[in-house]
Amino acid sequence: MSDKEAALANLQKIQAEGLAALEAVTEQEELEAWRVATLGRSSPVMGVFSSMGAMDQDLRPVMGKAANEVRTTLEAAFEAKRAALEEAALLKELETEKLDVTLPGRPVERGRLHPLTQVLRRIIRTFGDMGFQVYRSPEVETDDYNFTYLNMPPYHPARDMWDTFYTKDEGVLLRTHTSGGQIRVMRERAPEPIRVILPGTTMRYEQLSARSEIEFAQVEVLVVGEKVTFAELKGTLEDFAKRLFGEEARTRLRPSHFPFTEPSAEMDVECFVCGGKGCGVCKETGWLEILGCGMVHPVVLENGGYDPARYSGFAAGMGIDRSTLMRYRIDDIRHFRNNDIRFLRQF
Amino acid sequence: MKVPLTWLKDYVDLDDLGIEDLAKVMTMVGLEVEEIHLVGLPLPEGDRHEFKYTGLPWPADKFIVAQVDEVLPHPNADRLVLCRLNDGKEEITVLTGAPNLYDYKGKGPLDEPLKVAYAREGAELYDGHQPGYQLTMLKRMKIRGVESFSMICSEKELGLTEAHEGVILLDADAPTGMPLADYMGDAVFDVDTLPNMVRDASVLGMAREIAAATGKELHYPDDSLEMAGPALEGRVGLEIMDPELNPRFMLGMLEGVAIQPSPYWVRRRLSLAGMRPINAVVDATNYVMLEIGEPLHAFDYDILVERAGGKAPTIITRTAEDGEKLTTLDGAEHTLDSNMELVTDTAGVLSLAGVMGGEESEVNDQTCNVLLEGASWNFINIRKTVSKLKITSEAAYRFSRGIHPALAELGLRLCLKRMQEWGGGTIAQGLIDHYPNPPEDPLVEISVDWVDNNLGVAISPDEIAKILTRLEFECSVDGDTVTAKTPQHRLDIHDGLIGRADLLEEISRIYGYDKIPSRRLNQPLPPQRMSQEMAMEDTLRDLLVNLGLQELIAYRMTAPGREARRFPPDYAAPEVDYVEIQNPITVDRRVMRRSILATMLEILEYNSTLSERLAMFEIGPVFHPVAGQQLPDEKMMLSIGLTGLRSMPTWQKDKPEIVDFYDLKGVVEGMLAGLHIDNVTYAAGEDPSLHPGKTADVLVDGEKVGVMGELHPLVKANYELGDAPVYVAEFALAPLVGKAKILFDVEAIPTYPPVLEDLAVVVADDVTAAQVEEVIRRGGGEYLAKVQLFDIFKGKQVGEGRKSLAFSLTYIAPDRTLTDKEVSKLRQKVIFLLGKELGAELRS
Repeated sequence: MSDKEAALANLQKIQAEGLAALEAVTEQEELEAWRVATLGRSSPVMGVFSSMGAMDQDLRPVMGKAANEVRTTLEAAFEAKRAALEEAALLKELETEKLDVTLPGRPVERGRLHPLTQVLRRIIRTFGDMGFQVYRSPEVETDDYNFTYLNMPPYHPARDMWDTFYTKDEGVLLRTHTSGGQIRVMRERAPEPIRVILPGTTMRYEQLSARSEIEFAQVEVLVVGEKVTFAELKGTLEDFAKRLFGEEARTRLRPSHFPFTEPSAEMDVECFVCGGKGCGVCKETGWLEILGCGMVHPVVLENGGYDPARYSGFAAGMGIDRSTLMRYRIDDIRHFRNNDIRFLRQF
Repeated sequence: MKVPLTWLKDYVDLDDLGIEDLAKVMTMVGLEVEEIHLVGLPLPEGDRHEFKYTGLPWPADKFIVAQVDEVLPHPNADRLVLCRLNDGKEEITVLTGAPNLYDYKGKGPLDEPLKVAYAREGAELYDGHQPGYQLTMLKRMKIRGVESFSMICSEKELGLTEAHEGVILLDADAPTGMPLADYMGDAVFDVDTLPNMVRDASVLGMAREIAAATGKELHYPDDSLEMAGPALEGRVGLEIMDPELNPRFMLGMLEGVAIQPSPYWVRRRLSLAGMRPINAVVDATNYVMLEIGEPLHAFDYDILVERAGGKAPTIITRTAEDGEKLTTLDGAEHTLDSNMELVTDTAGVLSLAGVMGGEESEVNDQTCNVLLEGASWNFINIRKTVSKLKITSEAAYRFSRGIHPALAELGLRLCLKRMQEWGGGTIAQGLIDHYPNPPEDPLVEISVDWVDNNLGVAISPDEIAKILTRLEFECSVDGDTVTAKTPQHRLDIHDGLIGRADLLEEISRIYGYDKIPSRRLNQPLPPQRMSQEMAMEDTLRDLLVNLGLQELIAYRMTAPGREARRFPPDYAAPEVDYVEIQNPITVDRRVMRRSILATMLEILEYNSTLSERLAMFEIGPVFHPVAGQQLPDEKMMLSIGLTGLRSMPTWQKDKPEIVDFYDLKGVVEGMLAGLHIDNVTYAAGEDPSLHPGKTADVLVDGEKVGVMGELHPLVKANYELGDAPVYVAEFALAPLVGKAKILFDVEAIPTYPPVLEDLAVVVADDVTAAQVEEVIRRGGGEYLAKVQLFDIFKGKQVGEGRKSLAFSLTYIAPDRTLTDKEVSKLRQKVIFLLGKELGAELRS
């Protein structure tokens, strides 16, 4: 074996021994010791470099290159090991940093819309998509707008349908329904076509109980134009019900009576609690009454400034509280206006 | 109204229609069935029922019509009897304690067997001795030494009525051995009659609707009379003083009638329809009222003769004299006025017309001759009387909704006939009939086009005529037009255009709402208008929700005393007008609120023990009466309420701090910034509800738009509000909406780096931060982009009565990096102005 071969073999040995020793290293402290021993100033590979001056002139480049390769290999191995050990150490450390993820988060108090506002907005948006605009009319209303102009002159039997709060001012009452706004909007817009909804608070004289409320939210729908038909009333309200209660919602119209519409109807939707099988909420009928509607009565059109020989229209009115109550199975209708924070926080 | 199926079948053939299907037909024609009470019949087949069913089925093998041939004494008990009973198959001895069988005890075999409702062993029925309806099963047992396993039933045990005093004694023609359900099984439909459908507050009326909807034939009851008695003419006089109030009055007479119970089937029908059977005469009037909807009134003729001093009485209908009194047969005394219509005789008042009879002339146990009234009254007048006297009756219910005068005659004839059938006697020859004011039964023309343009479906003239004819309109067809004459049983059809709407309702109901197509709106979209106010309210709601607040919707009704709690006890609140409610449900809800703040404080109080943190707002109206204006101003207001912890406490160590004035101010600032309202200033303000030193007026362009601050401790003491201070704000919405901007300029994002520096100045205590900031901004000019207060310090180092304010200033130029020299120059200017205007010194 020539000197050259012996020297190269020695280098291979240094490399093999170094890598073998590195393989055995498992701790970061050992790694430093390995580095000092294998790549430090007095390490064998550095010894090769320092003995270079004593080598033959022609041997030097070969040996230099070979020694460099060994050193680079060892260094690279060291880096790889170091990274591996660091990662292992990090993982070990992470092991100790375990959180109890079941602990509750730091609460960020979320603001909320009142549940009735939430429902009302869905209704307004749905009708808005169909070109309806919102119109507001007073809550303290005249007897004329609330009753007389709606085809209910004094002592009309239909006035019994609404238990009314009267004020001490002659002819002024708390509106029993949003329908009074029909006349207001018609008088303002005639003879333009009308497509509006009128949301608002209404008041009825009842005994307060879990099932009955004296103040509640309603939405009125009014369409007036030429050749507006019962078929369009049906189509519009069915579309609305599908948007509000889901594509599958089955509805039906059955005859009813309101003095300000003729023909009049009540719209039922298949009970969303039991799916129509019959339950306590739908009183075993499978149907829930959601709104009253009908073709605007000629007297009402006339009072609103539209010639009933030329114009027709339809109107609908729905209570928001009761259907919201049913949807969320709320046990007491008074929760809506008592504003108990434990109730409101659930929406 | 409760209507038994068997009764309906008197007028329309319903044998091919199941109970559930019939109820659907009724509902879809406008007779809303609220409940179906099954009397012996089984629940309809099928798993989906659209109605609520109650009641008890009587299986055919368990409940039988039987006959009692002999009633024997019980060997060991006085109060029990043994009945020798034949159920059509075998003879059985049945034990019972029914008092109405005692009379037959020990009489030997009965000449005429008693027909009874018999329940066999194993039958399930209601326990007659338990309150309410408890099911029980008949089992074999020994009672006082005698074996018992079956039962003769009372009405309660069968689920007919509450009655349990004795067993049911069926009519003599009841066929022994027939299953009881076949003999008298029934279904009672509880129908919610619509206010405009008083014509259907009768069995015949409902039968008419059902016949119309199903295309079946309607059979009127037979009203033929055998008038075998002496003529009525000359034996009673009649005068109508006001035909407007009393369009028609008729009289008929039945002589020699017996005041006895009606046949069992009549009593059962009345009971099922919710009316208590009394005797043949009273039952006949009630029966006919339920049957055709015409209330009738029976007088004891002999009492009238006596009142007339032994002569022929004269019936006079007139209005009352003011103060005239009448004791109605419910025992109540009423003081009448001159608007109330009466039936009187020469001796005084007999009855309150169309509402209730008087005590004196009523049919009683001694009555032998009955004078029967069939009349028609003005419905508005009856309504006024009823609402003034606060009395109701079945008659008033009908007359106050309008009964056609033609029904007086049919009612009178039917009632005489039934009274005679059930109570015997002879009908006097002839009826007395004054009919001064017959209604005009409108003739309405309606065209196919009109129907199409309003219903959206083309129905042929023949079909229109067919539908209306089924409802008893007299129709003629001319080309595309149908002319319909209103039938003489309804007053709800008008003339002309309104009459056409009335007919549309009839046509569409009977045609079927479900057959009318559904279409989307086909009209041009109206001009689109947006309510800026409502859009802004919604924006505001979203902003406040984003700022972490809970929205409230609150009651409008309150009381002045409740609102006064928002003032300190000694505060002399100015007198204000309220919208006052005439008929409040309670005294604490007797006015419409004027203050949204008072509402907020009550809601904070309600919740004060329910949450450690409360952050709420309400947008809603307050009601301010205005002199000379019929309706009050409904002013939209905003209230904000904050109290308790800044955030909700958790398991984390640091307990959150409680909110202070500046939390509220942060919300207000966030809200105004969100509305893009500029030029907002805050100034120390005053409000009786708020802490004098912790109140700020909120101004926009120098105009006050709201007030905010800490609740005055004396006001807070009026409420149960916990320890933490309470912060509230109140804004009128109109100015906020007016100042809010939809469009605003966006500032360019600076491309050159800012120069930051701090500036601490010492000023007198009464100089506000806002004043200092304003001077700094003026001195810094256009390059001073941001001024932020980051520290306030008071103490010896700065001297008594003085404070140090430290600001962080940000300078930016849009087109270059500012040099130190430029910034230094601006800084000198700021310091100079602060010193000159506010006496501020630079803090070293």
